[in-house]
Amino acid sequence: MRTRSNQPLLDVRDLKVEFFTRRGALTALDGVSFQIDRGEVLGVVGESGAGKSLTGAAIIGLLEPPGRITKGEIQLEGRRIDNLSYDDMRKLRGRQIGAIFQDPLTSLNPLYRIGDQIVETIRTHLPMSEAQARKRAIDLLQEVGIPSAAERIDHYPHQFSGGMRQRVVIALALCAEPRLIIADEPTTALDVSIQAQIITLLKRLCRDHGTAVMLITHDMGVIAETADRVAVMYAGRIVEIGPVQQVIRHALHPYTQGLMGAIPAVGADVEKLTQIEGSMPRLTAIPAGCAFNPRCPHVMDRCRTERPPLVGLGGASVACWLHTGRAEAARA
Amino acid sequence: MALAQQITDRFHRAMDSDIYYSFRRSPLTIAAAATTFVIFFAAAFAPWIAPHNPFDLASLDLSNALKPPFWSQDGLMAFPLGTDDQGRDVFSTIMFGARISLIVGVCSVVFAMLLGVTLGLMSGYIGGAVDSIIMRIADVQLSFPAILIALMIDGIVRGVVSSQRYEEIALFVLIVSIGLASWVAYARTVRGSVMVERNKEYVQAARVIGLSPTLIMIRHVLPNVTGPVLVIATINLGIAIITEATLSFLGVGIPPTTPSLGTLINTGNNFLFSGEWWITLFPGAALAILVLAVNLLGDWLRDALNPKLR
Amino acid sequence: MLAFVLRRLLQSILVMLTVALVAFVLFNYVGDPINSMVGQDVSLADREAFRQQLGLNDPVVVRFARFVGQFIGGNFGVSYRMQEPVGKLIAERLPASLELSFVAALFALLAGVPMGVYTGLYPRRWLSRLMLSASLVGVSLPTFLIGILLIVLFSVVLPLLPSFGRGDVVKIGWWSTGFLTVSGLKALIMPAITLGLFQMTLIMRLVRAEMLEVLRTDYIKFARARGLTNHAVYFGHALRNTLVPVITITGLQLGAIIAFSIITETVFNWPGMGLLFVQSLQFADIPVMATYLVLIAFFIVIINLVADLLYFAVDPRLRSDLGARAI
Repeated sequence: MRTRSNQPLLDVRDLKVEFFTRRGALTALDGVSFQIDRGEVLGVVGESGAGKSLTGAAIIGLLEPPGRITKGEIQLEGRRIDNLSYDDMRKLRGRQIGAIFQDPLTSLNPLYRIGDQIVETIRTHLPMSEAQARKRAIDLLQEVGIPSAAERIDHYPHQFSGGMRQRVVIALALCAEPRLIIADEPTTALDVSIQAQIITLLKRLCRDHGTAVMLITHDMGVIAETADRVAVMYAGRIVEIGPVQQVIRHALHPYTQGLMGAIPAVGADVEKLTQIEGSMPRLTAIPAGCAFNPRCPHVMDRCRTERPPLVGLGGASVACWLHTGRAEAARA
Repeated sequence: MALAQQITDRFHRAMDSDIYYSFRRSPLTIAAAATTFVIFFAAAFAPWIAPHNPFDLASLDLSNALKPPFWSQDGLMAFPLGTDDQGRDVFSTIMFGARISLIVGVCSVVFAMLLGVTLGLMSGYIGGAVDSIIMRIADVQLSFPAILIALMIDGIVRGVVSSQRYEEIALFVLIVSIGLASWVAYARTVRGSVMVERNKEYVQAARVIGLSPTLIMIRHVLPNVTGPVLVIATINLGIAIITEATLSFLGVGIPPTTPSLGTLINTGNNFLFSGEWWITLFPGAALAILVLAVNLLGDWLRDALNPKLR
Repeated sequence: MLAFVLRRLLQSILVMLTVALVAFVLFNYVGDPINSMVGQDVSLADREAFRQQLGLNDPVVVRFARFVGQFIGGNFGVSYRMQEPVGKLIAERLPASLELSFVAALFALLAGVPMGVYTGLYPRRWLSRLMLSASLVGVSLPTFLIGILLIVLFSVVLPLLPSFGRGDVVKIGWWSTGFLTVSGLKALIMPAITLGLFQMTLIMRLVRAEMLEVLRTDYIKFARARGLTNHAVYFGHALRNTLVPVITITGLQLGAIIAFSIITETVFNWPGMGLLFVQSLQFADIPVMATYLVLIAFFIVIINLVADLLYFAVDPRLRSDLGARAI
């Protein structure tokens, strides 16, 4: 169970992100709230376009215009960070909050040696000499599993395979010892055989360094392996959030149930995979009330007009009118 | 009635589209489009709407020679931009000159487009030796500036043909030489597109069914390349106009009997130092405005058609 | 890498041979060389004898080989118009053209690259918008018009700079230079700006476009995500990646400058190869035309070769067969 004795590392409160286009303001994130404790791995799962990457971008302060945070707060260790100046935010990046992106091929500058890129990052944040930083870089490369690190530190990115490159990316993200890493689909672009290695590496490193991870992915299997808690996102909102095993085995929200149902269990005799009817709404046409209501097999009248709040229910939280009654009763 | 409905539907769709939106939003582009239209119109109908016909030798009166523009002391309203040493009205010569410049420019672009698209289609579809040869020639030609190639071809024709005959065919020679200098960009774009489509499964499927894969491919390739080809064409139009003007200015383009804007600037250049600046500067201004307008339109078109910027 | 260099060398030689072929065709089939070399009243029999003597009746391949040999040996024929060896004419004018082209190229680079970087990094500032508008005008104005405008401004309205000629030159061995005299330098200013302006705007727009592309890449996003300073992101990563493709394009531009010098030399009456070429065009002076063509081709081929090799030196991905293999 989560302890609430000390304040959470990251606290996102009622975050709203809008895009201002010529067709008007489009709401991409609508009232997203969650917390990440120190050293915890929070998985964020959902279909493409649900707003997972956007949440990560908003937290690290790299939202691209015409997107803007229009409501809500992001707090890091109690300090508000969503309204910082560019330069203050820059100092946080890499040092407090790191990021890993999807494609290791394009994440590294092809014209610079990887050693130079690591040393540069270290020296931006930590007061070290060139030699000290280089030594540290070699240690890091060894830690992420690059063989002959002392030699390969002077190689260029194109001289590494995909999996190796992602290891270098992880080393780069961790080199200034951030407290939180936002990993945006870190294994999606890799071969299946390499995926497991990278996930294991990430898990081990973060445990060793005490780094929290916000693991964004659409792959439920990865979440089950790696995360402590999971948040399910749909159409820019969180619909369910709770401990991983609980959400997987006893999904409360119909959307989560649909997601679980679409994954065949190993050894099960399945004729047809259950499919959720319809598709996620586009930003210009989000339904009123609960965003999932057109596709929900348990839809009620209330769902079409009122948006359900996120309420706690036995360790997890869910935003669904089906459960709000029970949650209120439980509290009463 | 269904047809009328269809047409109004299409019109509304066009008005509502992203392209038209970006057009309306930019006053500069509207101004550019308006200017281009005015110049095109004036040039096309010059023989009918110009105030004077400067090439009708009978109507020229030497006493009108070297008159300055109408706002100067000796100027006359009849010759708003002044006259040259033969008494020709500069305003009229500009209209006729723009006509020639535009004819050469547009025709050379069309010629280059047809040649380039055809060669590109052949190169991409037939492949093999044909492809190699065409691409080799393209590579070699690309390392030489277009103007050099146009100069060479023009020079060769001059060497072969008498100067009398040259004056008669100068227009065609220029269109062909400028066109030959600029086909490469189209060919490469089309070739790239063809090679992408050629490997797609629907082409093989069409072959299995017995349909002519060439036709299918053309039906699928051409819509894809229209955008980039149009963009190349607008860029090339500006370059073509400048190239023709340059050749004429150097004295190896359109002869002074039916001058283009470039030729006018050349002949007017001789009067610059004696103080009759209007004979060369007004055609110069007209040329600059024309090319500027064409380039602005091309810039806007490029941005509007670029999917990355939307 | 050696394979690459050899391949490029081979390509270059092929291009030169093609150009030589065109020149050969020009020399021998455009107009009658005999008619241009001797007077009207030489008899047909004598012409035939002359033709035989000059080897003009030998098989084409032999004549082509001889032609190429002559060219390599420096014998470029005799100008129809000036009745002087083409080689001598060109050698006299080469320094003027090369100096002008060099200064113009320098101007284009030194002004174009910084402006391109600035407008790429700060696209919304008013100075950027001003530069972009000015560049659009620069691309639209034909070179000769720019020259005329400059002459009007600085020679007619304000009599500051000379409008024709090279000024006083100093001869160093076979080379005559205008760099060492005040009048030489003054005469250089307007032509160099005229020649370089078009290229400058092209370079500026190219650098800007490249910069905007680079700033959208994942590795720049990742660099920002690592908290690197703006200085490191822009002038370390972005700039380096922007300049790499700019190098080859700039190489091509040098070729264009040499070609465009034709126009500038005509406007300013600059005694260079370009002016010679234009005059040869007007008089159908085939030997000069053909030789100029081959010479320009040679310059362009060399410049392109050097640019390609530079690419190698700058982009480590192209050197990959030398480095360690990917694990």
